[in-house]
Formats: sequence, structure tokens, C-alpha cells
Amino acid sequence: MNIGERNVCITGVGQSAVGRPLDRKPLALTADACLAAIADAGLTRDDIDGLATYPGGALGNAAPGFAAGGVTEVQELLRLDLDWWNGTAETAGQLGSVITAVGAIAAGFAKHVLCFRTVWEASAQGAGGRRGIGTGGGGGSGVPRFGGEMQWRLPFGAASAANWIAMMAQRHFHEYGTTREQLAWISLNARRNAALNPAAIYRTPLDMETYLGARMISTPFGLYDCDVPVDGSTAFVVSHVDAARDLRHPPIRVEAVGSALRGRPSWDQFDDLTTMALRDASAMMWERTDLGPADVDVAECYDGFSFIALAWLEALGFCAKGEGGPFIDGGTRIARDGEIPLNTHGGQLSAGRLHGYGFLHEACVQLWGEGGERQVRGDPRVGIAAAGGGPLGGCLLLTRE
Amino acid sequence: MSELPFRLLPRLDDDNEAFWTGGAAGELRILRCEGCRTWVHPPQPVCPACLGEDLPPTPTSGRAVLHTHTVNHHPWIPGFDPPYVIAIVELPEQVGLRLTTNLVNCAPEDVRIGMALRVCFEAREDGIFLPLFEPDPTS
Repeated sequence: MNIGERNVCITGVGQSAVGRPLDRKPLALTADACLAAIADAGLTRDDIDGLATYPGGALGNAAPGFAAGGVTEVQELLRLDLDWWNGTAETAGQLGSVITAVGAIAAGFAKHVLCFRTVWEASAQGAGGRRGIGTGGGGGSGVPRFGGEMQWRLPFGAASAANWIAMMAQRHFHEYGTTREQLAWISLNARRNAALNPAAIYRTPLDMETYLGARMISTPFGLYDCDVPVDGSTAFVVSHVDAARDLRHPPIRVEAVGSALRGRPSWDQFDDLTTMALRDASAMMWERTDLGPADVDVAECYDGFSFIALAWLEALGFCAKGEGGPFIDGGTRIARDGEIPLNTHGGQLSAGRLHGYGFLHEACVQLWGEGGERQVRGDPRVGIAAAGGGPLGGCLLLTRE
Repeated sequence: MSELPFRLLPRLDDDNEAFWTGGAAGELRILRCEGCRTWVHPPQPVCPACLGEDLPPTPTSGRAVLHTHTVNHHPWIPGFDPPYVIAIVELPEQVGLRLTTNLVNCAPEDVRIGMALRVCFEAREDGIFLPLFEPDPTS
């Protein structure tokens, strides 16, 4: 098998301020993150010959602040000369944009691809609270009608991923006996780690009683099962290994990627709603390496809703299918000093909804030993960044040289 | 229809009209391939199983089993007020043939995955009949 991604590495990461809200325009936040990533790699703007993002400009209005700036806006802003560029939401989750860049580098289209993701949801939502996807119309005449896939859910008020993923979790509870008290540990562990992350949004302790007593959003999800919208931007420089030798950091090699979707691309028709694309992306990733779950030192797994992180743990093989509840119960195995440290920065649940990119950022921080108070012990060399849920999922297995 | 809640509605077209309007005749209609008898939903112009192109809308039994559900408590859509039960139901006609819908005439605490359901329709504007599901008293 040709494992082209092994010739590709991550050479720099950058992040803007993260807040809710920030008094700074989204493209300025994007510039902050991009310039920080370029400097972190030890490069200049002139070295960048590729640019990639999720979800791209076209989907920017899917929900308020969901995206802020596509590829062309950032090329114009930073005046980059590009050999390759891509911005799309039709890919293997948020990190599908990075996986696509990895492929472009492996194919020789570019040497240094800048990848970015900017959200402005805290400012865009204002004081109005979260709304459903595509539901901006409100009541009365002139309300838009819906075609496409959303027509099958919106008439029934299933307007948010909170609803769709809650139904995945409920099915998991039914099939495997998973409980809210078990699921809570995804959120409690995230908050415990966020307390040590100066950039996290919520850092005060969260206990089981508060978790269980919070208002319900969509059963079995209460408030603390849902991530926190923020303003912020994250960026990476992804490079060909031949161009990465003399840069600032030891290169973080891409050992394997997972981008598979082997079932129907649908939130309700997929054969197994308790895992969906996470199963396929994980399987593909492990098919492309001799490493296995026991080799992994740190796992950064999407937690837009708590259940998704549990589903990633199962899909990636850290525990058997259906055993995620007992595996995370008590929060010891997933702690920073546990079997598999999970979401060491606080995840999207406590550090903020940077929408997938925050997990890859944290994986690199940990592999470079730059985690400060939250740095996992030992000398972590193998990490996973996994993002997305439902029919959208992608993951990368990373090794530091 | 003034007593009905506000809902976001589908835009009718050649592909989806049979599904969204079949309730006028009391029928839940799904496309079915004449060649290989596969039920196809959401609608497609070509059968994904045998690639046949004769896919007439066909009445189902109207029965279903609750596959999973959630009680939604958050006001995502102005005018469509929580709480309400969102469900994914599976039709007995074919393994994996599912719909997202609302479970009605059932208190949230009485909802059980696996329970037997039957379709009922909510008549809306422009001839649209939304297929909802309720407990099946005959099962």
C-alpha cells in the first residue's frame, strides 16, 4: 500500500485569542492565527504555496458565525501566491480539510499548505442563544421552504445537531446500557483539564451534581453535554517532510489518515447510528499503519456533544464497541495521567468550539511538550486528532520525530 | 389550521411530492423499484440496488418501530415550541428504511425504543401532510 501521508508533517500551529465574544473582526482573528502558525514553523508568508479551510466561504451562512472567511478572502488578506487551494464542507469532517492538504502535499502540488478554521459564533449569536441550522426565518409569511436533505428533518423540529446526535446517544444507551452518569465523565474530564489551560473558556470546577442538574437541551443531553460557541481562529502549516528538516520544531509526521465513509451519508439512514462515519474513518486509519491503540500517548477527540467523544473512543479501539460507558466511568482512564489522556486542553466543551481544529492544535502542543501545566507526563510521541460526528468524520495519527 | 404550531415545511418537487402529499389519501408513500422491489428513501431517480429507473410511489403499511428518539427542550425554531419528541422510526417493509419524524399522542416518559407505532398525518399548507407517528393500539 502507498502510504503517501508519511511524507507529510505538521511544522507549525497558531491560534488567535479565543473568547465569547471578542471585540475583533473574524478576518483579523484569522490573520492572527495564520501569522502565528507561519512564524511557529519558522517560515514567512512567501513560503506558503497552499491554502485550505473548512467549511469554505459558501457555507458561511449555515448558522450564525459558523464560518468567517473562505480561501479567497484569506488569500487576498495575506496576499499569498498559491499553487493549490481548497475550501469545502463536503469532506471528512472539519479535519477533512487538513487531510485534503496532506494529499495535495503528498502529490506534489504544494510544499507548505496553510490550513485555517475561524468561528465567530459568540459574536454572531449575540444574546439570542443558539438557533437551529438553517432556521433563521422565524414565523409568519415569507418563510423559506426547504429542499435537499434538511427537508427530512426540519419539519419535525429536528433543527440542530444536538437533536441528531442525541438520538445516536439514546440508541447507544438502549443497546449497551450507557448512562448519563457515565457520559458525564467526558464533560467532567474536559473541565478538569480546562482548569489548567489559561486559554480555556470555562475553568471553574464542574461536579456531577451540577452536570446532572443542568437544564435539558435534547435528551439525554443537558447543557454541559453541549460545547460552547466562541470567537476564535486556529491554523496549521502542513509541509512536505523534505521541506521541514531545518524548521523550528521537530516535524510531527502524519503516520496515517482516516477519511472513510462506507455507509450512507445520512443522519438517519446510516446502518449503525451509534457510530456512523467514526467507525469507518478509524478503520481506514488503522489499516494504514502498524501502530495500534496501545501505542497512542494522547487522544484529542471531537466533543461538540459529549457523546461524540465516547463514540470516537470506541471507534478508535481504545475500548470495545459498546463499552465506552464503563470505560470512561469515574474518569480515571481518560485523565491526563490515565491510560489514554483525552482532550487535554478541555475540548470544545470547556475550551471553546473551535470546531475540530482545536483538537489537532492540542495534539501538536502535547507532542511538542508545550502544554505547560496541562502537559501529559512522560514524553508523548504518538497522538490522535479526530474530529466530526454523524456522517462527517476524519482523523489523523501523528508521530513526533 | 390556526391551532397548529408553526413548522418549517418542505419545498415540493417532482421527487418528493408523493411522500409529502400522500397523507391526503391516508397513505405513507415511499418510492419502490419495480425491478428489484427495493424501497428507496429519500427519493432517487435511479434504484441504488439494481439501477432500474421505474420507481413508482408505493403505499406502505403505515406501521413502524421506534428506532431512537429525543425529547427536545430547546427553542431552535421561533414559533415551534418545546418540548416535543423527535423520533427515528424504522418501517417494517425493509431493514434500515427509516424516517425522522415526531412521536405524538404519547407522553415523553412513556416512550420506549422498540415500541410499535403507526402513522398519522398533520395537514398543513399547500396540500402537505406531515407523517407523524403515534403508539399503535392494535399491536
